[in-house]
Amino acid sequence: MTAAAVPGTPDAAFDRSLAAARRHGEAVIVPLGALVAGLLAFALFLGIVGRSPAEFYGLVYQAAYGSTFAWENTLARTAPLLLAALCTALPARLGMIMIGGEGAIVLGGVAAGIFAMLYPALPGVLGIGGMVAVAALAGGTWIGTIGFLRHLRGVNETIASLLMAYVAIALMNHLVEGPFRDAASLNKPSTAPLSDGFRIGTIPGLDVHWGLAIGIAACVLCWVLLERTTWGFAARIVGGNVRAAQVQGLPVGRLMVGFSVLGGACAGIAGMIEVAAVHGAANASLAAGYGYTGILIAFLARHHMLAILPVATLLAGFEAASGLVQRRMDLPDATVLVLQGMVFVALLAGEALHGRLAWFRAPGRQ
Amino acid sequence: MTGRTPSGAGALGLEAVGISMRFGGVLALDDVSIRVEAGTVHALLGENGAGKSTLVKCLMGFHRMTAGQIVIGHREVEIPDPRAAHARGLGMVYQHFTLVPSLTGTENLVISRARVPAVIDWRNERAALARFLEAMPFTAPLDVPAQRLAAGERQKLEILKQLYLGRRILILDEPTSVLTPEEADELLGTLRALVRTGRLTVLMITHKLREVSAFADTVSVLRQGRHVGTARVQDLDQPTMAAMMIGERPAPAGTARGTTAGPVALQLREVRAPDRTGRKVIAIDSLSVRGGEIVGVAGVAGNGQTELMEILTGQRRLESGTILVDGRPYVPSRAAMQAAGVRCLPEEPLRNACAARMSLVENLAFRTFDRRADDRRRFWLDRARLRIHARDLAARFRIRAGSVEHPIASLSGGNVQRAVLARELTGTVRVLVVANPCFGLDVAAVAEVRARILTVRNGGAAVLLVSEDLDEVLDLADRILVMSEGRIVHATRQADANVGVIGRHMAGRA
Repeated sequence: MTAAAVPGTPDAAFDRSLAAARRHGEAVIVPLGALVAGLLAFALFLGIVGRSPAEFYGLVYQAAYGSTFAWENTLARTAPLLLAALCTALPARLGMIMIGGEGAIVLGGVAAGIFAMLYPALPGVLGIGGMVAVAALAGGTWIGTIGFLRHLRGVNETIASLLMAYVAIALMNHLVEGPFRDAASLNKPSTAPLSDGFRIGTIPGLDVHWGLAIGIAACVLCWVLLERTTWGFAARIVGGNVRAAQVQGLPVGRLMVGFSVLGGACAGIAGMIEVAAVHGAANASLAAGYGYTGILIAFLARHHMLAILPVATLLAGFEAASGLVQRRMDLPDATVLVLQGMVFVALLAGEALHGRLAWFRAPGRQ
Repeated sequence: MTGRTPSGAGALGLEAVGISMRFGGVLALDDVSIRVEAGTVHALLGENGAGKSTLVKCLMGFHRMTAGQIVIGHREVEIPDPRAAHARGLGMVYQHFTLVPSLTGTENLVISRARVPAVIDWRNERAALARFLEAMPFTAPLDVPAQRLAAGERQKLEILKQLYLGRRILILDEPTSVLTPEEADELLGTLRALVRTGRLTVLMITHKLREVSAFADTVSVLRQGRHVGTARVQDLDQPTMAAMMIGERPAPAGTARGTTAGPVALQLREVRAPDRTGRKVIAIDSLSVRGGEIVGVAGVAGNGQTELMEILTGQRRLESGTILVDGRPYVPSRAAMQAAGVRCLPEEPLRNACAARMSLVENLAFRTFDRRADDRRRFWLDRARLRIHARDLAARFRIRAGSVEHPIASLSGGNVQRAVLARELTGTVRVLVVANPCFGLDVAAVAEVRARILTVRNGGAAVLLVSEDLDEVLDLADRILVMSEGRIVHATRQADANVGVIGRHMAGRA
């Protein structure tokens, strides 16, 4: 724009909206572009192994979004993904990259299963509330410890959280196969099946369990926390520039640990939902990889709480469709992982473009 | 690259003829002419911002000079880029080493060559290096990874590297800034011995008068981009050198005082903290600032001022000692800052006091977002109130921004500083700690910032001004302290300030 528009005219209004679009557009267009680039790269991969990309994507659409049943399948998988993504997105807003959601999920799930086993007679609300509490506690403590180590000693939280996830899975396996094993579960070690009072039912009208509502509520509440409360504002300052936060005397350590605990609690609740709504017991199926997909969702959504909703639905669709598509097209089980991997690499490469594309730069000094 | 370096080994002379360098509206160098005789140690002396680094970067080809010529060994040369400078025998040793930390000395030397074979025959290379070292008056460990060497050994390795690459004129940028005094003496002694063998010419940037007197043959002084004078070191004494560096200044006129100084508001007692390298210590036995006075801390960059700021803002833990505000022990937490009325303005505000990607509104809210009007804590963010607050501050402090919703990084340096001032100087200020407030600002913004600091002082606040700009300290401060090597080495009142004495203390020599 060379000549400035006269203020008050439609031209000026258009200029202002264009300026606003430029400022915010980058956060949407770049990840979108990365997504498309990843899908194209995957199409190339399919071509190399001799399959039709069009058929693949067509089948994915059908199996994920093509019918009510498909939607229900997708939404059932969206629920844990929403919460798992929060486990990465929340600490990321403070500048910590945590990738250990998987650990928090399995520990939350096994804690819930054990709680239900120990107190089978608790009435509905208390029972479910108790499960939520212990799951949140388990997951929150797990990730919170990593946040604490990062603040205290500068431990690299990325590596620590990833390795702790493996520890958590081993711990879960030990608990499920050992002290808390249900004698009746012979083939597949598992805790005792939850009594009906502890099961989470489906949302009326939609054949999807209430975990979806919990997940959506969690995303919205976290958005409100970050964007509309003073705690969230302080957290964003820490994420924006930790030195500036220190100069303001903000309690950087407490904020880091607090938000790590919150993220871990969300993932723990995801585990509890898997136990109470899907499997009915805690066993090795808890380590289904939702934690890792959650990382990808958080990055694609650029750690924005509300953007996690559509992105999680998209990736849940891929996962829901994966079984059908892979069987139909005679592809190995890991194919959807290849797709996720390519999208993630494209996204990380796209991160390098952030701030460098001239069109998106706010007018004024660079 | 036209022509080649004069053939043969041995030191070359270097001459800068009428070099001018303009960056946009700023004239960093103004017709500077300096001659460095072959086989001598020539010191380049000047304050921060005098143009020493700029001159040297022009010589090395990092900048394209606006005007001037470079003469090497009596032949005029073109130096369009650093490679050309290297080809002509010019080498530079930087303040912060350019060795690869994980490689040994041998490996660093070999890979720094312009032409390295695809497959390196290490036995041959080691033999060639051994022969090369025999001819050197000193050596450095060659088989240890560079990161395990002490700073002094690393510096020697850097110099060896330059000699290995056949450089005949060596430019050193503050070579002893990361060395202890013993290592510094050893290094400079070694350099001088090398120069005496006729193998090398050395041009050394420094601000330490002691080193100039002890190790240099000639010294040139730059001040504000101009060449002030060149003389043989034996013909000058240190006070004269200091005076040339700092120049004739009119006795500082007393700045208008609003109130007489009140009781002591800020006090540091027996404060000890490690510096950023962990090897030296910031030791401040006693520093006090009264209400209604400005205490200026002068000093050359890198003598502990940053660490002092970090101690006061809580970013650096004290090993021992106490900070007292209004007589009560002070720990820099948000509640304590709020209660005691302590405000901090670190240097480079965009880097240290703002979140660059957050908007101006949000940045202006850093101090007030969690308090209601009646000072109670609040939980819900009141975004409308923050916007009003931001617009109000922008108007009062004349912050020019496209929109208050734009990221603060899109504002110019002056406006960022105005924003940080607006944020910090609102409300009751009892103690203000400010570092390099006018760095990089244009003349109008500088005047404005200084006026605001004076207003705060006149309102009864205690102001601690840490600045690398001696002019600023002399203009604003009621009392002047000089910081050198992490200690306060000199204190004087504004009326009694002797620029020569201050300059000598700044340069590390009483």
